[in-house]
Amino acid sequence: LRLISTTTAVRRKNVGASGPEKYTEAFIKKQIEEFNLGKRHLANMMGEDPETFTQEDIDRAIAYLFPSGLFDKQARPMMKHPTEIFPEQRKIQWGEDGRPFHFLFYTGKQSYYSLMHETYEKLLNAQKYQDQLAAQDLPLQKEKKNLAGSRWLTKIELEEMLLEKLSDVEYSRFIQLLQKLLTLPCGDIEEKYIQKFSKEVPAQLKKVVIEPLKYDERGVAFSTGEGTRKTARATAVVYDNGTGKITVNGIDILHYFPVLQDREQLLFPFQFLDRIGKHDMVCTVSGGGRSAQAGAIRLASAKALRSFVTEQEVEFMRQAGLLTVDPRVKERKKPGQEGARRKFTWKKR
Amino acid sequence: DDNLLSKPLSHPDFFNVKELFSLKDLFDARVHLGHKKGCRHRFMEPYIFGCRLDQDIIDLDQTMQHLQLALNFTAHIAYRKGIILFISRKRQFCHLVERTARECGEYAHTRYWQGRPPPQRPHHFGPGVRLPDLIIFLSSLNNVFEPHVAIRDAAKMNIPTVGVVDTNCNPCLITYPIPGNDDSPTAMELYCKLFRMTIIRAKDKRRQSEIFNELQ
Repeated sequence: LRLISTTTAVRRKNVGASGPEKYTEAFIKKQIEEFNLGKRHLANMMGEDPETFTQEDIDRAIAYLFPSGLFDKQARPMMKHPTEIFPEQRKIQWGEDGRPFHFLFYTGKQSYYSLMHETYEKLLNAQKYQDQLAAQDLPLQKEKKNLAGSRWLTKIELEEMLLEKLSDVEYSRFIQLLQKLLTLPCGDIEEKYIQKFSKEVPAQLKKVVIEPLKYDERGVAFSTGEGTRKTARATAVVYDNGTGKITVNGIDILHYFPVLQDREQLLFPFQFLDRIGKHDMVCTVSGGGRSAQAGAIRLASAKALRSFVTEQEVEFMRQAGLLTVDPRVKERKKPGQEGARRKFTWKKR
Repeated sequence: DDNLLSKPLSHPDFFNVKELFSLKDLFDARVHLGHKKGCRHRFMEPYIFGCRLDQDIIDLDQTMQHLQLALNFTAHIAYRKGIILFISRKRQFCHLVERTARECGEYAHTRYWQGRPPPQRPHHFGPGVRLPDLIIFLSSLNNVFEPHVAIRDAAKMNIPTVGVVDTNCNPCLITYPIPGNDDSPTAMELYCKLFRMTIIRAKDKRRQSEIFNELQ
């Protein structure tokens, strides 16, 4: 057997396995200075004023100078302030004489335990206040806080706040303490403290605004709607006081949709609302195939008809599925298969 | 400087800790009440005065002597700017002990003692951190009624300990045991008050002596 010569690449140590390096304060300061210098150079290069060069300008400049088609945004070249790139690290916790600064230093998790200590103190204060009120026979305030719009901080957010690792048990203990504090009637005093650990959850349901009817030059009421299906995009204008005539891209539907199925799709919203001969419709549609265009116009006309109709009938339309966008699109073909689902013919030998 | 450190050692009770407590105070705070006869630890028998209706009564004269020695020792440690660590694993008094430590300017550990003692945990403790110079146990058992791990660790690392030992505790490895009740709230508040007063007194004396020396 011959000795295979090794290259330097094999002997190189795996630097990534040793873990993240500790960044000293001096290092971070140097990085900030370099960033500021680089920002001024970049502004000069782009021909803009170095004094008023914001982070958005930096992002645009970098995207222009180093165009990248990479899918992951985090993988593209970026130039951000060092405090955003390097994670926050804890500074040394003890002074020159060796005495630690925090009184719970020897527990190991000083920020978490000091947080528990403070929260428990607030709880005791609230109980004392409650006892005082009870002694004076005053009624306890019971203003129910609206918990629906807020949530507690997640474990990861709490870890970032405290700069310490937490276990699930500890996190759940802390949340239980906060909930106990909330259930006490004297929540006002501690509200500010609790707000630090709760986040607003914006209401996800948007109330769909039904547009009012518009009137054209002849005084006829009309309304517009837009619809999509697969790759087809359609806009429909539904006029009142009509005879049931429907025009698509300037062509009558009998000529544009020779197949009965497509015409049935177009008529379905009107048939559902019993308004077949009462409305005129002018639509424009592009993209997709025969069936997709029909579906797109159906959705567009249903959306337009909402303005002519009571709220209860709008709810009926929604339950019938006339107002929902059909999410089905063509599934992509996968490698190693003939189509999206069809596999290659299996040969036994 | 030498004068500063050697002068307190010449007196038996330099900080006059005897005046901080009396036998009546200890009795009113129910320090003499121990556990039932069945829970008695063999090595606590010299400290027990007697047994009434199966409940052990701790000898308060001995407690007075031990308490005076312990308070004197803590005062000296605080005078020489030592690090004092309060340990108690009683959940009822965890907040009280932490508050006492914060008011003295010293340190506390009333939570679950995890694994190895603090100095052996590399990620928090780089070179230059000091170990505690005195550990005060306000209850020497942990939540499973076993001797606290820190007693053994302190003995291994040559750290002197002061501890309140109840009738079911083992006073062996503690340098300055104080036989007394560790379960009543009144008793714990009394101990916290006494330790707080001694430490603050010792620190004030140190500051005064330093200022006095600088003026000369």
